[in-house]
Amino acid sequence: MNQISAWERVTIARNPNRPKSLDIIPLLFDHFFECAGDRHYGDDKALIGGIAFFEGTPVTVLAQSKGRTLDENMKCNFGMLHPEGYRKALRLAQQAEKFKRPIITIVDTAGAYPGQMAEERGQAEAIAKNLQFFSQIKTPVITIVLSEGGSGGALALSVADRIYMFENAVYSILSPEGFASILWKDDSRVKEAAELLECTSYDLQNKGIVDWIVPESNKGFENDISYSISLIKDQIRNDLVKLNKLKLNQLLDLRYEKFRKIGSKL
Amino acid sequence: MNQHFDKRRERLNLFQALFTKPKTIKITEKELDFVVCPKCNKAIESSEIKKHISVCPQCDYHFPLTAFQRIDSIFDNGSFYEVYAKATSTGLNNFPDYLNKLTRYQKETSLNEAVVVGTARLNDIKVAVAIMDSRFMMGSMGQIVGEKITRIIELAHRRKYPLIIFTASGGARMQEGIMSLMQMAKTSAALERFNQAGGFYLTVLTHPTTGGVSASFAMLGDIIIAEPQALIGFAGRRVIEKTVKEQLPDNFQTSEFLYEKGFIDQIVHRKDLRNKLYQCLLFHKESK
Repeated sequence: MNQISAWERVTIARNPNRPKSLDIIPLLFDHFFECAGDRHYGDDKALIGGIAFFEGTPVTVLAQSKGRTLDENMKCNFGMLHPEGYRKALRLAQQAEKFKRPIITIVDTAGAYPGQMAEERGQAEAIAKNLQFFSQIKTPVITIVLSEGGSGGALALSVADRIYMFENAVYSILSPEGFASILWKDDSRVKEAAELLECTSYDLQNKGIVDWIVPESNKGFENDISYSISLIKDQIRNDLVKLNKLKLNQLLDLRYEKFRKIGSKL
Repeated sequence: MNQHFDKRRERLNLFQALFTKPKTIKITEKELDFVVCPKCNKAIESSEIKKHISVCPQCDYHFPLTAFQRIDSIFDNGSFYEVYAKATSTGLNNFPDYLNKLTRYQKETSLNEAVVVGTARLNDIKVAVAIMDSRFMMGSMGQIVGEKITRIIELAHRRKYPLIIFTASGGARMQEGIMSLMQMAKTSAALERFNQAGGFYLTVLTHPTTGGVSASFAMLGDIIIAEPQALIGFAGRRVIEKTVKEQLPDNFQTSEFLYEKGFIDQIVHRKDLRNKLYQCLLFHKESK
């Protein structure tokens, strides 16, 4: 498994044929009811939010959505959220907290959208507010890193009690291209950059950030989706039982500790 | 048209000032030091600059302050008590040339990391403070910066002190990769606990406050103050220009721009900062 290089995983993660959030939501959940809009400015299609049943239990689903074709991608802005996407997630998370619904987030984004309007409407503030709120939200949160997790734009939906990551997904502070171009002013050195970034699921598990790696079929995730999906379902089921058993202050203390301990030596 | 060019020149000068250190011209006979203001290009006596807390008396350009200059300019004389001063990133990571780079910055700045944290008094009110220093690797946030900030938040929480953070940072530190990114979540989580306990948190955004720092603790203050003409934003200007392929407004991502868009409570000139902070502390004297 580990002989696949970091860069190869980046290309697998970005393969257009790889299942997207909209493909796996109906496989993981029943009766998904989409809820749109941030109630302030608009609706961001790069973030799909709604309520669904997970094996009979109502849950709130917040998924970053990439498309497969150019048309699809135009609609969802290639999975890059504007502030209203983060604020929509926050709105629905607050609603989930009110009704004590667990939250399942799906991360798949190259990063928050770097645009003029995004800055004007407070991209930084929107991300910061999510980090702050999710850190102590009074309901269990599980994050699934589906394919690509890029920088603060991904982190804003990854503050969770459990973080799962698909075996061939990547998660990093910025893209290998960006990293290479900033460090060496040479964006062709992406393979080296990918290694240095330590962006694979195994790297993140070693660092204690990822709790569980979602195995992908030897035939490729896209060729045997149900293999991964049934394993995720088992894991969510088990984790929800464990998380629901905790008293609220234990749940919040453990989540705080999960992030508090990252790089805590001086 | 001329006006247009003047404006552009002014902006270019400001931008260049980011990357060049202020020139000091020494006139040996009289032992007079001059500094050239990067905005208005006038030569100003160093003592004059010092008297104005590193603000150009001609055009109000705010020169960057080092962490300790900032402390001297805001807090009661001798009241600052630094904690975790010795913490360094040594041995955290095997990124090529990173350790050498750190050592170089440590020598240049006489700091061990990009943030200085501790306690201080402002007109006798005790506060917990963190002051970032943009000279140290662009004030970037790695594990040590994130941990020092988290610990000072926790100290403020424990002792029920108000918390003031002066930000000056290019964002998360790339060389420490994902661990830097996670500092955004860690600091925000600590702030949320402080927030829920009723703690008062004020941020002063100074030039520059961008990337992972703006998208975490910088934007989470109960009150957010910015210095004039500071660069504040999430994504880099060049990245945005590449994406949108059009010219951005001149004041894009400045304090004034963010103020206009509703993300900052007040823009405060450096000469008024101490008094404004004191006023805010007085309002929150009873908060825990």
